[in-house]
Amino acid sequence: MTVTDAPRIVTGRIGRQRSWSLQSYLATGGYQGLRKVLTMTPEEVHEQVNVANLLGRGGAGFEAGRKWGMLRKAEPVYLVINGDESEPATFKDHMLIEEDPHQIVEGALICAYATRCDQVFIFIRGEFALGLERMTAAVNEAYRHGAAGRDVFGSGWSIDVVVHPGAGAYICGEETALLESLEGKRGYPRIKPPFFPAAVGLYGAPTIVNNVETLSNLPWVMIHGGDAFAALGEGRSKGTKVMALSGHVKRPGNYELEFAKVSFRQLLFDDALGGGIREDRELKAFVPGGVSSPWLGPEHLDVLLANEKVAEVGTMAGSGAVTAMDETTCVVRAAWRIVRFFHRESCGQCTPCREGGGWVEKIMQRIESGQGRPQDLDLLMDVCDNISPGVTWPPAQTTICVLGPSIPPAVASGIRMFRDEYLAHIREGRCPFPPDRLPGRPLTGSSARV
Amino acid sequence: MARLTPDNEQRARETIGLYPQRRSALIPLLHLLQEQDGYLTDDGMQHVGELLGLTAAEVRGTASFYDMLHTEPVGRYLVAVCTNIACMLGGAYELLEHACERFGVRPGGTTTDGFFTVEDAECLALCGNAPCVTVNWRFFGDMDAARFDRLVEDLASGRLDDVVPPHGTLNRVRREGGLLAAGRTVHPDAPGGAVAADGLPPAGRPPGVSPFTGAVSGMAVGPGSETDGEGR
Repeated sequence: MTVTDAPRIVTGRIGRQRSWSLQSYLATGGYQGLRKVLTMTPEEVHEQVNVANLLGRGGAGFEAGRKWGMLRKAEPVYLVINGDESEPATFKDHMLIEEDPHQIVEGALICAYATRCDQVFIFIRGEFALGLERMTAAVNEAYRHGAAGRDVFGSGWSIDVVVHPGAGAYICGEETALLESLEGKRGYPRIKPPFFPAAVGLYGAPTIVNNVETLSNLPWVMIHGGDAFAALGEGRSKGTKVMALSGHVKRPGNYELEFAKVSFRQLLFDDALGGGIREDRELKAFVPGGVSSPWLGPEHLDVLLANEKVAEVGTMAGSGAVTAMDETTCVVRAAWRIVRFFHRESCGQCTPCREGGGWVEKIMQRIESGQGRPQDLDLLMDVCDNISPGVTWPPAQTTICVLGPSIPPAVASGIRMFRDEYLAHIREGRCPFPPDRLPGRPLTGSSARV
Repeated sequence: MARLTPDNEQRARETIGLYPQRRSALIPLLHLLQEQDGYLTDDGMQHVGELLGLTAAEVRGTASFYDMLHTEPVGRYLVAVCTNIACMLGGAYELLEHACERFGVRPGGTTTDGFFTVEDAECLALCGNAPCVTVNWRFFGDMDAARFDRLVEDLASGRLDDVVPPHGTLNRVRREGGLLAAGRTVHPDAPGGAVAADGLPPAGRPPGVSPFTGAVSGMAVGPGSETDGEGR
């Protein structure tokens, strides 16, 4: 499965019969990491995570151990697991939540012990109905097994874990918006500073917010040691990373790969991985790290999958979501769909994002539908510049959170790479690719009550 | 329409008992209400507000932010067709068009028999099986027009009743028991340093208010220095 012989740290149980059950989990070494941790001091556990140099797997790539170390000394301390995976084309956490919920619970308990947390909340994206059911069942089983609740495994340490559902809002994946949602409010991101969760988080208390995949690594790290984890990968990018591969490849799916050892070319074309472009067409471009990231072209296929390597070519590895687009893809239409997403999901607090997203979407729409004007490319870049001054990478920010600055990259990188294709839309007054109209044509004679 | 039934009110109280501040239970309670009635009724939201010490406006103000919470009736089956990038590259808009033609509605519309509502959805995180649809948030991947038609027939005939509950039912697994460990630092009102075994919420506690965001006068306290609240 893997190109290198690295172990599958977080996806090892995927595919086992009833991999989500406690029985299956215990049969595969489940809760051994937690048992070991309970014989250590919280500081020793924290040190192992520092040694592992475990980077956050949610998108920003911040060191988990450093994040824990920033906790303000106060009581209570909360731990919130971010299972609100909604970045388009990212589907790794969805799989981990449904297929191996106990691994997340165990990782959360290890983190809670290390950071002396008072209560754990596992925030699951509302749309993940099966995930919510499996996670709730896993937490019930963990309590019954003695892994959660009073006096965990007879150690004298006690902890409570609560599964919390989201209700449909991309922005709640942003950690401060997630905390607002967990407080029963609209998912409005908080301004930072002062609202860095480690200082001022849930109910104003210091709070750790960690991604599902990040915590899924912890049981393995505790059993095998931080050194063994850090022996995998290169540079800052240690261990393995689950790559969510989608789009025009023959074998889309989640692939756990050793960090910094595998290139985009291998991911897309290796027979054990993506298997090449469907119908053996040509690769036109790919989104390297979730739709917030600037696109790359075939000339970048040999870049290695590591946070710093991808950053060197002016984009990001982000959440690990790679989307391939073949030669039949209209880049205007693809970028329009990405912009439409951000416009729909803007929380509306900041003008550049709320208004700018709509403007960019409308301009993209008229170009795609053949109504584009010669000055539209400059206009697009001007609006993008107002959302994120300079339209640079990493993006400058005029807004409370990074949703706004996520609007320009698909547009700006697309115009840079495919200027002629944009101009052809405008010059010819139509999209050169079939279908030559924007999707979602209104139907007539509808019985909709809308 | 209805307030929460006695059984659901009991479930609501158990849920409230899981959180340091009552308002945190708002979204779980709205899911519970939606499970009961298929959407959020005015009376139901009023009732949820009473349980949490919130006004109806505060309840609706939160509910209206979230795509999954419906304050108007929707069909028994909410069919969400993902059209985001990965699914679009796999033909999602053609699938959405097929779905709309089959049901005779536009995206967002409900069939006249009240059975199906179609949504043009954002990424649902099943991109390895694009294009995908969910029905009441149960996932069906690798869709095409023929498979979609079979899915609709299976739903209409009741063959998928075990897999796809009516709209609103999100989580059919109930939590067993209340909190066992959370101490007085987290639940200052809890007798003996933990929530009572019956899972009832602390009585008389004012609605949860973050010390920084939307602080109510007199309730602003320093970060992390949770007080007993003024209701006691």
